[in-house]
Amino acid sequence: MTTTAQAERPAVRKSPPGAAHGPRRRTGRIHRVGLPYLLLLPALLLELLVHLVPMVIGIVMSFKELTQFYIRDWGAAPWSALDNYKVSVDFDAPVGEALLHSFLVTVAFTLLSVGLCWLIGTAAAVFMQDTFRGRGLLRALFLVPYALPVYAAVITWVFMFQHDNGLVNHVLHDQLGLTDKPSFWLIGDNSFIALLTVSVWKGWPFAFLIVMAGLQNIPRELYEAAALDGAGVWQQIRRITLPSLRPVNQVLVLVLFLWTFNDFNTPFVLFGRTAPEAADLISVHIYQASFVTWNFGTGSAMSVLLLLFLLVTGGYLVLTSRGRRSAS
Amino acid sequence: MTTSPMAPPRSFLWSRRIFLTLLTGFVLVPVYVMVSSSLKPLADVTGVFRWLPSELTIRPYIDIWSTVPLARYFVNSLVVAGAATVCSVVIAVFSAYAVSRYDFPGKRVFTVTVLSTQMFPGILFLLPLFLIYVNIGNATGIALFGSRGGLILTYLTFSLPFSIWMLIGYFDSVPRDLDEAALVDGCGPLGALFRVVVPAAVPGIIAVAVYAFMTAWGEVLFASVMTNDTTRTLAVGLQGYSTLNDVYWNQIMAASLVVSVPVVAGFLLLQRYLVAGLTAGAVK
Repeated sequence: MTTTAQAERPAVRKSPPGAAHGPRRRTGRIHRVGLPYLLLLPALLLELLVHLVPMVIGIVMSFKELTQFYIRDWGAAPWSALDNYKVSVDFDAPVGEALLHSFLVTVAFTLLSVGLCWLIGTAAAVFMQDTFRGRGLLRALFLVPYALPVYAAVITWVFMFQHDNGLVNHVLHDQLGLTDKPSFWLIGDNSFIALLTVSVWKGWPFAFLIVMAGLQNIPRELYEAAALDGAGVWQQIRRITLPSLRPVNQVLVLVLFLWTFNDFNTPFVLFGRTAPEAADLISVHIYQASFVTWNFGTGSAMSVLLLLFLLVTGGYLVLTSRGRRSAS
Repeated sequence: MTTSPMAPPRSFLWSRRIFLTLLTGFVLVPVYVMVSSSLKPLADVTGVFRWLPSELTIRPYIDIWSTVPLARYFVNSLVVAGAATVCSVVIAVFSAYAVSRYDFPGKRVFTVTVLSTQMFPGILFLLPLFLIYVNIGNATGIALFGSRGGLILTYLTFSLPFSIWMLIGYFDSVPRDLDEAALVDGCGPLGALFRVVVPAAVPGIIAVAVYAFMTAWGEVLFASVMTNDTTRTLAVGLQGYSTLNDVYWNQIMAASLVVSVPVVAGFLLLQRYLVAGLTAGAVK
């Protein structure tokens, strides 16, 4: 409401002399046809330059035998038809097997991370819907992991996960005695747990933020009516809050899914260029396949396969959510 | 609930207390480690972990500037993130205005295309983009690869889709009567945009700016491939402390804290706008 009041002021103040009306109107009409396109032009050009054209080039590259010998003049690289794809999906050979393994690790990681982020974020938002002492402070505090730059946050976790001087081993082994000997967290099987912990720590505040915003759109009358009918707090949460959040949740889960699945920053800072096998997320895997082995053709083919998977899954999520929305 | 005439039952209050306490612990431990370790002497961070420093020292905060050229990385990050934010916000405002206020052929294609770029894995266009920038450099002499300009251009497109999407929702919530009144009063369409719609959508624009700045400030992948010694940003520069013979954890924590302060402070100051912006835009 305050925003409307602010907006009215300049609108009223601005009333130029009537003489200017005639010619202005005419140019206005000419503008009207081209103007929207003109307004979209900068965004369109940039999206073309940075996203769409590179994507097309990436797809072309995936059909070329692009090794380090051709990197200076990639146009000269010989066509290789579907060879790069054949190598990528030959799950009996080492390259394909590693890719499949990395894909499965990423799927498991994404499901767990998105699920936990959603659960913690929703629970926190619902518990904090009500005012209580310290709520504002707590809300600000909860947003800190999201606000921190990824590398600063993740590097702190790297320190905490250190074998000899980290906090995690100090607490689990020295103080609680839960493990026989200090564990390695950033190599071996434990690295999956480490990655998941960091990802959830970093990601849940986003879910919290979105659900909090969604809660503000639920009409208060619903709660009042429910309370009059004798519904308790738990029932109100189950019958009103959660169903009302459904459309918000669909967008939220889709965004979280894409961000988590494509996440490069977290594993890259946590493990460096080569991730341990148990936490070998697909983007780092492709990065490694392209830049460490200098085989860009195969790397591109893997990226295209990843894109196809994301398009199908993302499209499915969008379509099912739209179907459900129009049905309700 | 505030709206409920009944007091919440005990089970609710206790679950809330336990849940929020545990969550606060989970959130705070790394923050505590960061702050406390940044005030420790080196011996405290190379030996077994200590909850409390053996002595408090601000030495790490002095040393971080000489161990790696942190000031230069800082300036690079500020320039890159600042410029990317300004450009991204201005471009998003134009696009969102066009989509929100005009009907034109191709509108749906535009919004769907822009939004779907959000789902591209960065790794897919990293290498092609690298090739494009190098070729543009060779053909025109405009150095995009390795320069701040290239990074600005890249980062601003990262935040663009989400910014446009959020601002469309926000602009839609500004009553059309207002800008129609301005048009009748003789403002051009751009006049209506800047005198009416933009002032009414300030919270949404701030939210978008915060998002754009954070995106650019925290990006690692493109920064690690597309920068050189002089244009390196904090995201890559911070790793300089751990590639040396000794790992100066106290300095790493101090540097992490220093680079986090601008974004965290800005974010916390402006978070209510972000929530308001999300409420009006994204969530509707």
